[in-house]
Amino acid sequence: MAAATAAPALLDIHSLRQSFPRADGGEHLVLEGVELALQHGQIVGLLGRTGSGKSTLLRLIAGLAQPSGGTVTYLGQPVQAPAPGIAMVFQSFALFPWLTVLENVQLGLEALGLPEAEIRQRALAAIDLIGLDGYESAYPRELSGGMRQRVGFARALVVHPNILLMDEPFSALDVLTAETLRTDFLELWGDGKLPIKGVILVTHNIEEAVLMCDRILLFSTNPGRIISEIAVTLKQPRNRLDPQFRDLVEKIYVAMTARKASPVAIGTTGERTATIDTVVPRVSANLLSGLIETLAAPPFNGKADLPVLADELHLELDELFPVSESLQLLHFAEIEGGDIKLTDAGKQFAESGMDDRKKLFQRQLLAYVPLAAHVRRVLQERANHVAPKSRFLDELEDHMSTEDAEGTLRAVTAWGRFAEVYAYDDDSGAFSLENPS
Amino acid sequence: MRVNVPISVGGWARLFSRWDILAVLLIVGLLVFLGEASRHLFEPLAELQKQPPSLDPRYLPEYAARTTLRMLVAMVFSLIFTFTYATLAAKNKYAERILVPLLDILQSVPILGFISVTVVFFMELAPGRVLGAEYAAIFAIFTSQAWNMAFSFYQSLRTVPTELQEASRNFGLSSWMTFWKLDVPFAMPQLIWNMMMSMSGSWFFVVASEAISVGNTTVTLPGVGSYISLAIEHRNLKAVSWAIATMLVVILIYDQVLFRPLVAWADRFRFEQEPGGVAPQSWVFSVLRRSRIVERLTEPFAVLWRQTLRRRRLDKPATVKAAPQNSRWIGYLFGGLAIVVAAIVLWRVVDFFAGAITLGDVGTTLLLGAATLMRVVVLIAIASLIWVPIGVWVGTQPRVANMVQPVAQFLAAFPANLLFPIFVSVIVAWRLDPNIWLSPLMILGTQWYILFNVIAGASAIPAELRSCGANFRVRGWLWWRRIGLPAVFPYYVTGAITASGGSWNASIVAEVASWGDEHLQAAGLGAYIAHETDAGHFHHIVLGIVVMSLYVVVVNRLFWRPLYFYAERKFRLG
Repeated sequence: MAAATAAPALLDIHSLRQSFPRADGGEHLVLEGVELALQHGQIVGLLGRTGSGKSTLLRLIAGLAQPSGGTVTYLGQPVQAPAPGIAMVFQSFALFPWLTVLENVQLGLEALGLPEAEIRQRALAAIDLIGLDGYESAYPRELSGGMRQRVGFARALVVHPNILLMDEPFSALDVLTAETLRTDFLELWGDGKLPIKGVILVTHNIEEAVLMCDRILLFSTNPGRIISEIAVTLKQPRNRLDPQFRDLVEKIYVAMTARKASPVAIGTTGERTATIDTVVPRVSANLLSGLIETLAAPPFNGKADLPVLADELHLELDELFPVSESLQLLHFAEIEGGDIKLTDAGKQFAESGMDDRKKLFQRQLLAYVPLAAHVRRVLQERANHVAPKSRFLDELEDHMSTEDAEGTLRAVTAWGRFAEVYAYDDDSGAFSLENPS
Repeated sequence: MRVNVPISVGGWARLFSRWDILAVLLIVGLLVFLGEASRHLFEPLAELQKQPPSLDPRYLPEYAARTTLRMLVAMVFSLIFTFTYATLAAKNKYAERILVPLLDILQSVPILGFISVTVVFFMELAPGRVLGAEYAAIFAIFTSQAWNMAFSFYQSLRTVPTELQEASRNFGLSSWMTFWKLDVPFAMPQLIWNMMMSMSGSWFFVVASEAISVGNTTVTLPGVGSYISLAIEHRNLKAVSWAIATMLVVILIYDQVLFRPLVAWADRFRFEQEPGGVAPQSWVFSVLRRSRIVERLTEPFAVLWRQTLRRRRLDKPATVKAAPQNSRWIGYLFGGLAIVVAAIVLWRVVDFFAGAITLGDVGTTLLLGAATLMRVVVLIAIASLIWVPIGVWVGTQPRVANMVQPVAQFLAAFPANLLFPIFVSVIVAWRLDPNIWLSPLMILGTQWYILFNVIAGASAIPAELRSCGANFRVRGWLWWRRIGLPAVFPYYVTGAITASGGSWNASIVAEVASWGDEHLQAAGLGAYIAHETDAGHFHHIVLGIVVMSLYVVVVNRLFWRPLYFYAERKFRLG
């Protein structure tokens, strides 16, 4: 690594760790062993799925939270509170709806206690730079999403930060608007017009990372660790259709699927079966059926390259991975080296009618999702065939965070309902074996 | 709309506009009103009683001004209370643990109980002066306004979006600046709505707080409330009608001059980002905003205000703590302190009641409480049967809803005392049982909350749901069962909770009614408290208040709260 060069890094992160106490007294690990150095003039991308702790990492850098272990050093000083030289752009813009564009941009300068004349002059300059001329007195609600995020950028740039933190800044925008904003940003950055020295970009969009970043850090899920670091040496402006660009995208897909061959079984790499403490993503049975049908039909005929599939279906990393991993969990498909391939069960599912599909789903669910089998067994053992939701929730919370437990149980509940393995009544919060017939 | 250009342009085109004249008049009028109303405050009490309130309607404008001033002063205190108490509760988790339940209980204490207990204390504060009685009256009005405002503010603070909080911290806003730039604006629309409810509610207690009589201490403060009680004492129907007319005028005035401008102004604080619906309008607000004189006059204050916001954090930027290790000890310390305080208070309470109160008294109040409880339950049921269908019907007709809302708001402010003449005359003339026929007075002012909320719920039924019902020809009872009633249920529950709490409060006025020499009384806890207040038996007053609070809290926790959660979970749309 280039950490030993003459210029000290803008930001140094050393063996960073973040965990939260769990209900049973244990701890829920979110981030572990994160090492990162941000050099002058670099854009570093943090790429990973929901639950990989990349947003948590961004908040630790911003000084909005304190880590459980390790250090964050900004210009030689440990970050213990929001540092004046680090500004953030938010996913949902985080604009104050009751302040005009100008007032929103002025906010950070007012907090610095600058003279009013300087505040106004700098704010107008930032508004000018970011292309918001003429919108000074508009309220955020009057603006389109793209314009709102421009205000978010102007507000962050106006305080002349050394480091700009971007938390999925384009993910709430439509495809075209997002692309315009990215290009505009890169142009200003390339021309050296932005008063910033380094950028950290959190994203779950692989192409966006390759398009914008000089270095990309890939994060694993539960807990978040850096699994791979990829340098992007392509010249700006980059072309998405450039074969080298495509290669890099493919490479990242492979890296993300290879290391997470079993996305679910923690600690048992290679073993592709879930255990009772596996966090199950919330994916509807309809979505699973849809993906199986798409995979089975031409042009894929049972096997697809994940980037191509994502492109075809207009799905982002965060949307495609949970579905494909659920298919893998249920042994309807296998994921290997950036490819997804239907199993025999998957092919059979695609060809069946509704009733057979349910039977097939039931078989896979009971065989490969231990939690579903567990719920079923408990219900069968009980005399009245009824068990409260809390019974299983408590059990899950011994192994995972409350949110994950809630999510996992919901996912397995929905699958069980689809497969008619058991019934669930939300009013009473109880599982039972009886199906209304 | 005036475009906010970065520099001042066109400022010299015309020095004055007609809006300026109107604005000056409004402000001068406000100053005159304040001066006139507070002129008499510092006179000795003796003089006050020399010149008893008169039933001459010519005095009514002055009385109205003084009553309104009391309500406004109480409103200022309520706001101060809201900003401090609710903020502390929302920002400090130790304070939260005690402050939130405290507020819950305070809300259940009958407001007239506060008057009975505190009036002597306040008279002592400024002996022999009108001011002491004014304090007591203002305090009573304050207690009828503050609690729900504080609750609304606390709940808003709890729901400030995380990203906005993070943005504030990221850009280094001091906590003072965050409070005024983020917390208060975010809470504002809800707070203003609650201020309006509070103003309506406090009319009900103005009558009682201006004519205070505890044991031998009797004070009558000039105002609409004392005018009404005098009119009732003298069986003067004409005076009662004058009082009603005055109230109507006053409510219209402060609605136009105070609340409509506030609502129009607060529209910018709506959090939804999408433009939707018609923005509320107010001519007063437009005048104030367009006037250049107002702008010039307020500019120095605005600059000063911005200075306080920009003061480089007197409070150091809060360093974020890692996993709190020592918080457990603080927790123990806090718990220990709470136990000590509780023990001391308990000892004082036992000491207070010992000897003065017998077990029999406790039994009596509990029984009387049960009687009042029965009235409340029956009345809420009857009011629901009447107002839910009407509310649903009104809510589905936007034009009718717009007309009904202000009327219901006026009726909610209507003090029960004003109907004493009718009720007492009818009950006496037909020899009816006051135990039954006085009861409707309890729900007179509070039933409207059911109507308000049901109307709001019915107008919120999505057009798609209604079209779907029409498409499948869902009509008659099936429509009510499957669409109308479920859709308004969460709103109805909110309204019914307010109505039920209010009815308990009103029972102190409503279970005892008089018209001239005719005095009627129903058996109930409200009548008990009213009676003991007249007699000046402090131990019994406090006992009555405690038992009533107990009933309210128990009913809330055992019945309304579960029902509320059920409604939120099952029937909330969207």
